Amino acid sequence: MKSYEFGLWVFMLSAFLGFELIRRVSPLLHTPLMSLTNAISAIAVVGAILITGAKDATPLSRTLGFLAVVTSTTNLVSGYLITDRMLRMFKKREPGKK
Amino acid sequence: MENLLSLFYILAAASFILAIKWMNSPATARRGVLVGELGMLLAVVGTLLRFEVVQYEWIFIAFFIGSAIGVPIAYLMPMTAVPQRTALSHAFGALASALIGTAEYYKQTSHGFIMTALIIEMLLGFLTFTASMMAFGKLQEVLPTRPITYRGQNIVNLGIFLAAVAFGVGLIFRPEQTWMFPIFATLSLGFGVLLIVPIGGADMPTVIALLNSYAGLSACAMGFALDNKLLIIAGALDGSSGFILSIIMCRAMNRSFTNVLFGAFGQLQTTAGHATARPVRSASPEEAAEILSSSRSVIMIPGYGMAVAQAQHKLRELSDALTKRGIDVRFAIHPVAGRMPGHMNVLLAEADVPYDKLVEMDDINSEFPATDVALVIGANDVVNPAAKTDKNSPIAGMPILDAHRAHTVMVIKRSMSPGFSGIDNELYYMANTLMLFGDAKTFVASIVKELASVGKAG
Repeated sequence: MKSYEFGLWVFMLSAFLGFELIRRVSPLLHTPLMSLTNAISAIAVVGAILITGAKDATPLSRTLGFLAVVTSTTNLVSGYLITDRMLRMFKKREPGKK
Repeated sequence: MENLLSLFYILAAASFILAIKWMNSPATARRGVLVGELGMLLAVVGTLLRFEVVQYEWIFIAFFIGSAIGVPIAYLMPMTAVPQRTALSHAFGALASALIGTAEYYKQTSHGFIMTALIIEMLLGFLTFTASMMAFGKLQEVLPTRPITYRGQNIVNLGIFLAAVAFGVGLIFRPEQTWMFPIFATLSLGFGVLLIVPIGGADMPTVIALLNSYAGLSACAMGFALDNKLLIIAGALDGSSGFILSIIMCRAMNRSFTNVLFGAFGQLQTTAGHATARPVRSASPEEAAEILSSSRSVIMIPGYGMAVAQAQHKLRELSDALTKRGIDVRFAIHPVAGRMPGHMNVLLAEADVPYDKLVEMDDINSEFPATDVALVIGANDVVNPAAKTDKNSPIAGMPILDAHRAHTVMVIKRSMSPGFSGIDNELYYMANTLMLFGDAKTFVASIVKELASVGKAG
């Protein structure tokens, strides 16, 4: 099987998996969900690292890659931290309080 | 070694899937974030250890700068600014994608499938970048929040989009014609700007969700270009998440995607904006406090106005004061209340309202007829009965919270000016409606004060 064909299979399956998973998320958590998936899509950092760290990187590709590592790291760090900060605020009714 | 590193990627993908799975309940959600972080760590370490990566210094400098920007954003950003931050992070994510695509394009001339993936990655990356920056500007109110429309707007937008696609296709077939690249990039960037120009505040939840989806799909296309399955999986998860959220938002407004993106609201506004002066009944904080304290059940309906007035903390105080008197208090949350999906929940959670008091529209609507008081704070279109009764209303068919069916309706509102859609609200003129004119935060505070003094006297 060609590599891109395999990639399309992976895409198809994960898109359906995504639909099934997201449908089950409580609307209560839609905002944290969005910031979490945003942090996950900062996985673009992988591509950015490969470009920036490559042996044959040209000055242009290294500069663009560098900027991409900066922006995706910003997303990654702030995305996970703010999601956790939001989720910490969601509390159940304290026992004893009606 | 190479096999071990692919194991890292597989574990990372599994962690991302688990992270989203655990988001289904507040009880497990924080565990989800933790496992997501672990997955990201595995992915980053797994990439740094790959033999292609030989130059580390720039990468680590970039990590440092990114963290130095990201940490303060995460901890200092007030919760009311969450929609802006989300728009900004979509912009960053999309920019990263577009830059990586550009670097790949100039590094080696790719052909066929890889070039197609690169073009999709860059098209979505560039347009999502500018569109998200525009959304950020509108949410931050640096840019006018009202939708801006002009004659032939859709034709202009469509033309620019098709031109961008045409140059993209040109590049797929003739990648060596580098002169086409800047034109392709500029058109994509420009389309992003024009896409958001006609979008008004009420449509922001849908548009933010849609941009989330585009940013994810762009990362996904990058996965195809770099032949990296982890990117494909993570991008597809993000893409489907944004897509589902925007479908939910559209449904909650009874509108289609095309309707949101090609702005019917903007056009209707001019025709529906003239409200005639009709008599309404208004009440003072004292009267409101009295009615509330003699009720048995209260449902509060927050909207974007609550966020603007920062009234969520005072509202929690009011809810506590009423609960102490044995009154049943709950909050009814409309899916599109606020500026992004779930916006109201986060604000009320920040104010320490327990989440089991936040009830979704479908679960609470049947309870309004048995409710003594529906208290509307800064919400407008989501409680407009015209959506059900008036077929010609611009919001006809939109699911609403049935506040009008409660015994008494109280609406805290600054003035009689109509909401975003520019539609007059029948609710305000009903016989059982009391208008509480004033700033939401101040008004709720004076009700709380009144309740406290009545409590002492009694």
